[in-house]
Amino acid sequence: MTFIDYYEVLGIPKTATAEDIKNAYRKLARKHHPDLNPNDKEANKKFQQINEANEVLGDPEKRKKYDKYGKDWEHGEEYEKARSQRQYQGAGEKWDSHGFGDDSFSDFFASMFGGRSAESRSSQTKFKGQDYQAELKLLLTDAYINHQQTLTVNGKKIRITIPAGVENGQVIKLKGHGGAGMNGGPAGDLFITFIIENNTSFKRSGNDLHLTVDLDLYTAVLGGEITIDTLGGKIKLKVKPETQNGTKTRLARKGFPVYKKEGQSGDLYITYAVKLPTSLSEKQKELFRELSRS
Amino acid sequence: MKRSSLIPADTFCTHHHIEFSFIRSLQQYGLIEVIMEDDTAFIPGGKINELEKFARWYHELDINLAGIDAITHLLERVQNMQAEITGLRNRLSLYEPGD
Repeated sequence: MTFIDYYEVLGIPKTATAEDIKNAYRKLARKHHPDLNPNDKEANKKFQQINEANEVLGDPEKRKKYDKYGKDWEHGEEYEKARSQRQYQGAGEKWDSHGFGDDSFSDFFASMFGGRSAESRSSQTKFKGQDYQAELKLLLTDAYINHQQTLTVNGKKIRITIPAGVENGQVIKLKGHGGAGMNGGPAGDLFITFIIENNTSFKRSGNDLHLTVDLDLYTAVLGGEITIDTLGGKIKLKVKPETQNGTKTRLARKGFPVYKKEGQSGDLYITYAVKLPTSLSEKQKELFRELSRS
Repeated sequence: MKRSSLIPADTFCTHHHIEFSFIRSLQQYGLIEVIMEDDTAFIPGGKINELEKFARWYHELDINLAGIDAITHLLERVQNMQAEITGLRNRLSLYEPGD
C-alpha cells in the first residue's frame, strides 16, 4: 500500500479550511466526474481519488486522524484497530465494509478508516450507484448469430443474450448491474462495449458484407458456376460469360443479420478478382497465340 | 402514456431529498418532461436516471441550471461524435489491408 497525499490530490495546502476543501473538491469533481466524461477510464480513476480525498479531508474526524499519523499511517492503523475494538465491541458489523463506494476506495483508505462508516452513509442523500464500463470481445462469426454468454459482475454470474448483428463499438446497458447504490439508492448500470474481431475473409460495413473471390480466367471468359462460403453456409453462384476483373455482384439478404430485426439481413457484395493462368504448357501458349490472332 | 410508467414527482423528491422547485426549473429549461394528471405531477419512468444525474450535478458538483443545460447539449454532441468515430473506424477497416 502506498501513502496517498490527499492534500496533493485536491491541490490544497495542509492549512486549507473546510470551505477550501469543499471548493477544491467541487472544482476537480466537475472536471473528472464520470457523468461528464463518458467512456473515459482515466477520468473515472481520477474521480475516485478525488472522492476518496474528499471523504477523508471533508470529515473533521478523519482529517484529524489523517493529519496526526500522516506517512506513519501504518501505526495509526494499529492504534485505530485497538481503539475500534474497544469502542465497538459487540456492535455487530458496524465497521464492515459494504455498500456503495467501498470498491472504489484505495487499500490505503480501507486500512486507515475501515471503509465508509454506516454513519457517514446515513447522513447523505440516496444516490444511484456508480455505472460500470466493460468491454466484451466477440468474433465476427459469434456476432452473426444470437448467442448467450455468462458474465461475472460483482461476483455474481449473469447470463445475457447477445442479439445477432451487434456492431463493433456498440454499447448495451444492463440495468442495475453496476455499483451498489449509496444510502439505499438504486444500483448503477453496467455498460458493455462490444469489440468485434474479424476472424473471416469478409469485410463488414454495417449490415453488408464484402468478399473478394478469385475467378479463373476460363470461368471469367466463358461463364460458369462457382461455390462460395458465406457465413450462413455454401452457396452456388452463376458467373456470366466475359466477366471483367473487379466486377461486383450483389447477393441480396446474404449479408449480416440486422440487429434485433429477426429475419432481416444486409447484402453480400462479391468482387471478382480474375486470376491469369500460370505455368502454361507450350500447347496452351500456342492456343492463346491463335486466339490473339483471331 | 400508461400511468404505471409514471413516477409521482413527490415520491421522487421525498426519496432524494430534493425540492419540487428543482424539477420545475429543469422542466422550464426543457431538460425534463413533467406530466400533469389530476393535479399531480409525474415524471416518465424512463427519465428517472436522467433526473438523478441532474440532481447529482446540481447538489454534488454545484452546477447551476444553466450549466446543466449547456453540459447536456455538449455531452449529446460528444456522444454523437463518439458514435460517428466508431462508425468511421468500422468503415475504415474496409479499406485496410486484409487480415
